[in-house]
Amino acid sequence: MGNTWAIFKREMRAYFISPMAYALYVIFLLLSGYFFTVGISYYAHYSVMAMQAQQYGGLPPFTETVFRNLFGDVSIVLLLMVPLLTMRLFAEEKKMGTMELLLTYPIRDIEVVLGKFFAALAVIGLMLVLTFTYPLLAQYVAGDQMEYGVALSGYLGLFLEMAAFIAVGIFLSSTTENQIVAGVISFGALLLIWAVGWGEELVSGAIGKILAQLSLLNHFEDFSKGVIDTGHVAYYILFCVFFIFMTLRVLDSNKWRG
Amino acid sequence: MITVENLTKTYGQVRALDKVSFQVEEGEVLGFLGPNGAGKTTAMRIITGFMPPTKGRVTVGGLDVEKDNLAVRRLIGYLPENSPLYWDMDVQGYLHFVSEVKGVPRKDRARKVREVMEEVAVTDVRNRTVGKLSKGYKQRVGLAQALLNDPPVLILDEPTVGLDPKQIIEIRELIKSMAGKRTIILSTHILPEVSMVCQRVIIINKGQIAAVDTPGNLTERLQTSRQMEVIVRAPEKDLEQKLRALPGVKGIQISHHENGVLTVVVDSEKGKDLRPAVAQTLVGAGWELYGLRAIEMSLEEIFIQLVTEE
Repeated sequence: MGNTWAIFKREMRAYFISPMAYALYVIFLLLSGYFFTVGISYYAHYSVMAMQAQQYGGLPPFTETVFRNLFGDVSIVLLLMVPLLTMRLFAEEKKMGTMELLLTYPIRDIEVVLGKFFAALAVIGLMLVLTFTYPLLAQYVAGDQMEYGVALSGYLGLFLEMAAFIAVGIFLSSTTENQIVAGVISFGALLLIWAVGWGEELVSGAIGKILAQLSLLNHFEDFSKGVIDTGHVAYYILFCVFFIFMTLRVLDSNKWRG
Repeated sequence: MITVENLTKTYGQVRALDKVSFQVEEGEVLGFLGPNGAGKTTAMRIITGFMPPTKGRVTVGGLDVEKDNLAVRRLIGYLPENSPLYWDMDVQGYLHFVSEVKGVPRKDRARKVREVMEEVAVTDVRNRTVGKLSKGYKQRVGLAQALLNDPPVLILDEPTVGLDPKQIIEIRELIKSMAGKRTIILSTHILPEVSMVCQRVIIINKGQIAAVDTPGNLTERLQTSRQMEVIVRAPEKDLEQKLRALPGVKGIQISHHENGVLTVVVDSEKGKDLRPAVAQTLVGAGWELYGLRAIEMSLEEIFIQLVTEE
């Protein structure tokens, strides 16, 4: 545990020594701020129209509409950003040779992997925390219509989804010593896993159901509606465990191959 | 302290180590000699527990490297080739991190880091970024991280490669000063380095042990001739004639000349130092003698001899 903490601190320092983390934060906040502003403006626009013409039949719930779209957009932005964060985690150590030292210290491989995993997760987590300003702003605009429960459930889903993204990124970073390659394949893999459910309706029967179940996107849907289903939580956790396990296998096989 | 039994490592079809066995006593400094690709690094990586052997067994301090991997790693300080460090960290921060993962108790960390920095003389650069240090300083920081948990065993892979002569001497002195207190295995290309630092040498070639001995014995055994370099202003033909006439001279080669000054390599029989005789001859002939020195054989040359002898 102490060792995981040591690795975690080193990785955090590495992220914040370089301009990397700051650049990501700035771009992320710009984009998400833009999406939020557009989302809330559209809602305001519709609510004016709805008041003028009663036949619209009332408005959809505020929080669900605004934040569901926001979380969807944000998760796409993060899908692009997570590989940038994770690609260096093992590839850089392999390239620089520091891996050899790290793996000869009295420390378990799992401690190394978890330290790196939680460091990347903390960087993303902090990004999400910074966006807590949006619900507060929304309350200022929409008053009681802002339901914090729904927003928090969405945040939880987003956080779990990011953990899954990071697990994939770390795994792929461990397979190569080239950071760019690690980044590109992570990006491709994430897009595929994220969108694999799109084929659900075209592929009939069991395969379609399996595809739908695999999709990161499908499991996220309920969270953004304010529903926390333990099944979905378990899906994300298992997903992470699986890829962390795979990372350990890769580290092990690297040792054998030298 | 370290026993290696029948160590074999294969990478696919390539046999990097082939049934290598040896022992290292406590407090001994052992040199690994061998050309690139001989298997030195592979052997060191197996001893440190970085990679498992294909066959064979290694124990360090009585513990099996494969079974008690973590325990063995606590006994070893390791400096891989080219000292790979985290270039983005400052020296002190880096050493602090290493002390943490090496399990130095929290209350001792600051003191331990300070002591080690003193020992390898990097205190004056402690706030500099590792990546911006000179090669010599990086090597010392590498040594510092190896020393952090006070390991009884040190494994150093080419600790002096790429350093300037002054730095080489400093690192050697540092290693020598630790002899007796720690068991040390170091690898190198350079024979004089081994004779200066190590008590015993293992020569590895193509994954097998070619020779094990003290540096002195090894040099004696492997040198079939002595060489000296002479720098003299003399007519080429006369010089050759006179030198060849000396008893004990096996051959001469003129390697370089510039404005009538010749650089000549003289081969003589083993065990005979012809320097006084050569000097007398040259001066007696009235030639200007600019230099005369014995050439120490490099490992590579000895190696070529060792291999061609067989």
